[in-house]
Amino acid sequence: MAMVLSSGASRAVSRRRLGAEIAPAVAYWFATPSVILLVGTLLLPIAVMVTMSFTDYELGALDYSFLGFDNYATLWKDKAFWRALFNTIYYVALVVPASVVIGLLLAVMVNGLKHGRKLYQIAFFLPVTSTLIAMATVWKYLLHGTIGPVNHLLTAIGLPAMEFFGNPSLVMPALAIIGVWSLAGFNMVLFTAGLTAIPQELYEASAVDGIDNPIERFFTVTLPMLGPTTMFVVITTSITAFKVFDTVAVLTRGGPQGASDVLLYVNYLEGFQYMRIGLASAITVVFLGIILLLSLIQAKVLERKVHY
Amino acid sequence: MSRAGSFLSRAGLTPGQLTMHAVLLACAFAMLFPFYWMVLTAFRPSPEVFSATFHWLPQTFAGIDNFREAFAKAPLLRFMTNGMVICAGILAVQLSTAIPCAYALAKYEFRGRNLLFALVLFALCVPVQVPALPLYMGLAFTGTLDSYFSLMLPFFLSVFAIFLFRQVFRSFPDDIIHAARLDGMGELEILWRVVVPSASPAIAAFAVFSITAHWNDLYWPLIVVTSPELAPPPLGMMYFSDSDLGSSFGALMAAATLLTAPLVVLFLCAQRHFVQGVTMTGVK
Repeated sequence: MAMVLSSGASRAVSRRRLGAEIAPAVAYWFATPSVILLVGTLLLPIAVMVTMSFTDYELGALDYSFLGFDNYATLWKDKAFWRALFNTIYYVALVVPASVVIGLLLAVMVNGLKHGRKLYQIAFFLPVTSTLIAMATVWKYLLHGTIGPVNHLLTAIGLPAMEFFGNPSLVMPALAIIGVWSLAGFNMVLFTAGLTAIPQELYEASAVDGIDNPIERFFTVTLPMLGPTTMFVVITTSITAFKVFDTVAVLTRGGPQGASDVLLYVNYLEGFQYMRIGLASAITVVFLGIILLLSLIQAKVLERKVHY
Repeated sequence: MSRAGSFLSRAGLTPGQLTMHAVLLACAFAMLFPFYWMVLTAFRPSPEVFSATFHWLPQTFAGIDNFREAFAKAPLLRFMTNGMVICAGILAVQLSTAIPCAYALAKYEFRGRNLLFALVLFALCVPVQVPALPLYMGLAFTGTLDSYFSLMLPFFLSVFAIFLFRQVFRSFPDDIIHAARLDGMGELEILWRVVVPSASPAIAAFAVFSITAHWNDLYWPLIVVTSPELAPPPLGMMYFSDSDLGSSFGALMAAATLLTAPLVVLFLCAQRHFVQGVTMTGVK
């Protein structure tokens, strides 16, 4: 995205571009299939969705009426909606710091190795590619209250066994552990790319200045130079974490007692189980608003990175 | 003793390096433990699963029974075939629509280009859950729910592919395109025979990215599919864990092992492309 945002300047310099010489018809032919899909599967549905959020439409109903902002007012007063929003933010707040810090530390350590870098990268990236639904069932077993090895470990060191998926105050942390596990390797790869972009001379200069301790070097050179990458990783991870759905749908279904209701799961239930399209659309609009806000911050960060 | 020390440091194994290896090995153990546990359980008989004593290896080998039970309870091969059909169909349409569009955005001047590109940037931010309701209604009204087509429809357009390939095509030298035109090649021929081959690393990285995303997707299949014989792997896994298998962890883990295996194998074979794909999502 960095290159795109900086492209304005280069376009002004080379005004006469390649394509100017040929009939634009070719360009339109090339773009048409994508434009049809863009309008048909994205722009039009979004417009319909926003319109429906102002109606009381229910799937299968023969007619509907416009309600103005009633659906939004309903959401505003709905405790279940706020609980879902709060749970989602709680999940993001748990997953983002942990997966970013772990990703960063893994990247720095692996990057500092003389041998075996690739092997570690494969090991840490494996959770990212593996089918999360299948691995979630494995995690459910790992965290099982009576036969899970995590609880065996806890009881072995004298701690009480924990019913992770049965206890309302433990269910979000348990889901967050799975989230961190599946995202840390992704962040490690992003940080590794950021690390290789740091000029070697900076490390040599810091050595001249007498900074030999690797930990000191990490805080004086590596971390400041990774600033923009870190911002990018934080926001990318926030967006991913905000979209949490799979583990909730398979492992908890919002339970126990709504303690793991998250925004997309509530949205799914409203729209596709209870068929209240109007209300579900209003939730989707709120969801889209938050995602767009995060994306806007991301674009700003990337823009700054170009001039860094 | 000192000779051994100098040998180690010549091999790059200073105390600092050894410490990092120790820490990283511990991390790798924690990250890979779920995979180990999954495979271990898939090969254990159920009394061992429920016993409190811990063994690193199965005491009795029950792998064949567990896998046989898994295959008997659910059409696992069918789920995997579905996954392959869906991923291949999506990827084929994504590439054949995104590549020309990206090329037009990268190399041609046309009215509306900036608007189109702005829409692509906007679409990059929109997750599939946003257009999901109207798409579902559209499919319901046309009677095409519960089909391969309905599973693939929202993903035919990949704005990420357009964005990515546009960036790659922009750096393709104009002189070569000019030369090809002078040789009498048509625009379409230039694109597919001259420009696209040069972008094959990006295409491979995108392909891996796309296959991973759609093999693993649960949200959309959960919405549009009602017949188990159309379920892709994650939905199949969900059916499997929902059925009365609460006590049969061995079979459940055998199923999880089978459904995870294809992507793990793909990842191990095309590891470089995975890493490139991730890197291309942002820090470029």
